[in-house]
Amino acid sequence: MALDRLLRHSQAWQFWQLFTSRARPEPGAIFLAQRRVYILPTRHGVTFGVALLLMLIGSINYGLSLGYVLTFLLAGMGLVSMVHTYRNLAHLYVSAGRVEPVFAGEMALFPIHIENRHDFERVAICLSASDVTTKCDVNRRATAVATLGIPTARRGRLSLPRVTVETRYPVGLFRAWSYVQPDVETLVYPRPDNAQLPPAQLIPDTGAALSAGIGTDDFAGLRPYQPTDSPRHIAWKSVAHGNDVLTKVFAGRGAEELWLDYADLLDGLDVEQRLSRLAGWVLLAEREGYAYGMLLPGKTIRPAHGPAHRDECLKALALYEPRPSAR
Amino acid sequence: MNLAPALASLLVLCAGIMLAAAPHIPRLPSWVSALALAAVVWRAWAAWRGEPMPRRWLLYVLVIFGVAGVLVTHRTLFGRDAGVTMLVLFLALKLLETRTQRDAIIVTFLCYFLALTSFFYSQSIQVAGLMLVTVLVLTAALIGFNAPGRPPLAYFRTAGVLLAQGLPVMLLLFLFFPRVQGPLWGMPTDAYAGMTGLSDSMTPGAISSLSQSDAIAFRVHFDDEPPHKKFLYWRGPVFWDFDGHSWVRGNLPLPRQAEFVPDGPPLTYTVTVEPHNRRWLFAIDLPSLVPPNANVTADYELRSRVPVRTRTRYAMSSFLTYRATGGDSDEALQAALRLPTGFNPKATALARQWARESNNPQEILVRGIEFFRHAGLGYTLMPPPLGRNSVDDFLFGTKRGFCEHFSSAFAYMMRAAGVPTRVVTGYQGGEVNPVDGYLVVRQADAHAWTEVWLGERGWVRVDPTAAAVPLRVESGLAAAVPAEEPLPFLVRPDLTWLRALRFNWEALANYWNQWVLGYNPERQRGLFNRLGMPEANWQAMAQVLFWTVGAVVAAFAFWLLRRARPGDAAQAAWIKFCAKLARRGTLRSPSEGPQAFRARAVRLHPAAARSIDAITALYIDLRYGPEPDRGGVARLRALVRELRI
Repeated sequence: MALDRLLRHSQAWQFWQLFTSRARPEPGAIFLAQRRVYILPTRHGVTFGVALLLMLIGSINYGLSLGYVLTFLLAGMGLVSMVHTYRNLAHLYVSAGRVEPVFAGEMALFPIHIENRHDFERVAICLSASDVTTKCDVNRRATAVATLGIPTARRGRLSLPRVTVETRYPVGLFRAWSYVQPDVETLVYPRPDNAQLPPAQLIPDTGAALSAGIGTDDFAGLRPYQPTDSPRHIAWKSVAHGNDVLTKVFAGRGAEELWLDYADLLDGLDVEQRLSRLAGWVLLAEREGYAYGMLLPGKTIRPAHGPAHRDECLKALALYEPRPSAR
Repeated sequence: MNLAPALASLLVLCAGIMLAAAPHIPRLPSWVSALALAAVVWRAWAAWRGEPMPRRWLLYVLVIFGVAGVLVTHRTLFGRDAGVTMLVLFLALKLLETRTQRDAIIVTFLCYFLALTSFFYSQSIQVAGLMLVTVLVLTAALIGFNAPGRPPLAYFRTAGVLLAQGLPVMLLLFLFFPRVQGPLWGMPTDAYAGMTGLSDSMTPGAISSLSQSDAIAFRVHFDDEPPHKKFLYWRGPVFWDFDGHSWVRGNLPLPRQAEFVPDGPPLTYTVTVEPHNRRWLFAIDLPSLVPPNANVTADYELRSRVPVRTRTRYAMSSFLTYRATGGDSDEALQAALRLPTGFNPKATALARQWARESNNPQEILVRGIEFFRHAGLGYTLMPPPLGRNSVDDFLFGTKRGFCEHFSSAFAYMMRAAGVPTRVVTGYQGGEVNPVDGYLVVRQADAHAWTEVWLGERGWVRVDPTAAAVPLRVESGLAAAVPAEEPLPFLVRPDLTWLRALRFNWEALANYWNQWVLGYNPERQRGLFNRLGMPEANWQAMAQVLFWTVGAVVAAFAFWLLRRARPGDAAQAAWIKFCAKLARRGTLRSPSEGPQAFRARAVRLHPAAARSIDAITALYIDLRYGPEPDRGGVARLRALVRELRI
């Protein structure tokens, strides 16, 4: 039994596990314990070894005592560098930071925090995931952030793929590496297309019989400008007089209420194209200052306005799963 | 990762190449040195200013012309000298096409190899020191390639740390790696060019050019007190044949055994011969031992089986007084009388006159010595040139010469008088280094004397130089030569402080030779013997090597990684503190933070409240404070140790 437990702590077992079982993402900070840090010579390390062998043969043939000294000094340096390379990586803490959602086709920027709690510097720590590589140094008792920009292609949830943390410092003869998969994911919104907004359907408020002229809303007053306000609602006359920038506020819930309806979209578009169209509309509607709602099969988002609302709509689009019947 | 190497590390690499090539510059053809320098400067300039590198076709042209140039200069592409030239050439050209990090790393490895090749020519302390600096610079460059963006000074610091930590492994490998006596295959023919030593013939002029050299011929360590200088005749090649111009060994068949009747106790000592690429080994007259891999001829000449191409040590024993009978066959005695006809009429006539007026060889010998003593012959390192009748010219004309003139002339006259005589060359004297007690014999001590056959008494050594110029043997070269003549720099008597410095330096060099350069399979066997493994074969050595190196690396890794274990002493002290309280029944639950635990502990142990408060406050400061001070850990440990509950 003791042997069994010993085995489970060994590097070989850990490495075997990588291939036989599905690696599960780990929450929180991942400690690079010694058993999960692997080390092997690099190609340069092998070349170096061959060079040393040649030097040794030369020293033997010519009986060069100092040749032996030089060869063995370099061999000693190489062996010691192995321990240094290993130490440069081991006992780090790796965790993932918050990731902003992105649109499909953009880079999802995963910040990886690497914490060094030791009194020596970690140099040239290299992180790579799905062909993306980034490098950083970590000062003594400090945390460094390396950002992995993972390209996105499809909407939906995107987990950080398995990250290889590696280093060849100091002399590049050995490569120490470890695999980590921090539990972090981000949303990938559908790629917005640049279609025009649909005509605003002015849906009269149902409850109040207020139909005071279509297209003209009731001016209700002024309030200070906020950065998200549509330029169309700014009281330009007042601005021209040199006053502060003010925004006109309109009354009436029916005012420019825009419904973005999945079902409205032409049949020529497939699901992803429709979602892209909707995503583009959401961005436009938000920019134009509309209050907008969204109708997806099986999901309705009440009209509103603002970044939080926009994100909610985009999230719904990102996570939309077409039912088999829905076309 | 085929990134371009960083500028700083590339410049460091350029410096490393120059250092590695520096010792070769006097030996390299000057056009190779110039080309290599130009390549390094060009590459550094290109890196510095972002200038373009040379086109590929230009490199091809340079390679072709370079190889052709080496072929013209060395007449071959192989061998030691041509090989080094090619290595420097290709390194320089490779540097000019170093675009990627990979190329730069390959160049660095080649430079390590170039550093090794300097040892083909010299393994002195100075070259070793220079190569250590070279390796440091090259390693710094290697680090630079792997850690761009660090300050270059950090490369050197890290390189120094790595090399220093590699030293124990180097030492173990050096001592325990199973040594093989090289060479593994045939050596290039030019491998031993330029070694100095005695010649296999004696022609007026040859030895005097040797005497200008301060180079050390061999060192001797006597088991007891060194004997007086007048006994220190170090026997080398013996010459039997004279053609009127040169003395050579001749092809006299002599048995491979040297018989003599010793008289008195033997003198034992150890000789360390510098490589001289000839087969002679040296010993005081007369040697009674034959070193391993050597043999002795009937005229007491010690010959190694292979030319002495590495520094060689052997134990030796000699008898200072003896009756030498080796080489007493009729054939040998006939050979010791042969003279070319038609040379030196005056000397021949004089010698015949002695023979007529004497009754036995002893008397002839005494006449000869008397003649040499009173002929007004002078000693000089710059003898005037001699004509066809060299003996006549010397004895009756120039009257100035060097030991070879004296011995040649004396041997000639003895033979002419009918006394068998042979010429012995070797070294005379030597100088004890007071620092380490070794006797140092230099090339400047080279000497020539004669041996005369006196029948019952055997071969008797006669040094005509000593007869004519007694100071040469009594007090050394410096005393014998007139004051206005130039002497080898370090033999001059007036530079005492310089001599003291030289003694210290040479003692260090001797120590270096004996223990660093002289570590060979034999010494290794001695070491294993002392370690209690007298019969160690290479498998046993490999095992010792494996386990010791493994233990050192493991201990090193343990030390490095243990020190690296997170934090921490403060936490260890805190855990000890919790354990102490736990023994009193106050167990900290895993979810309980230090503050909460403190409050509970103080409530339960009011007597120790003050200590508990202090420990917790310090711990929190050390663990979570913005700038914990280093002394705090020691204080925390002390507090925990002194806590009484």
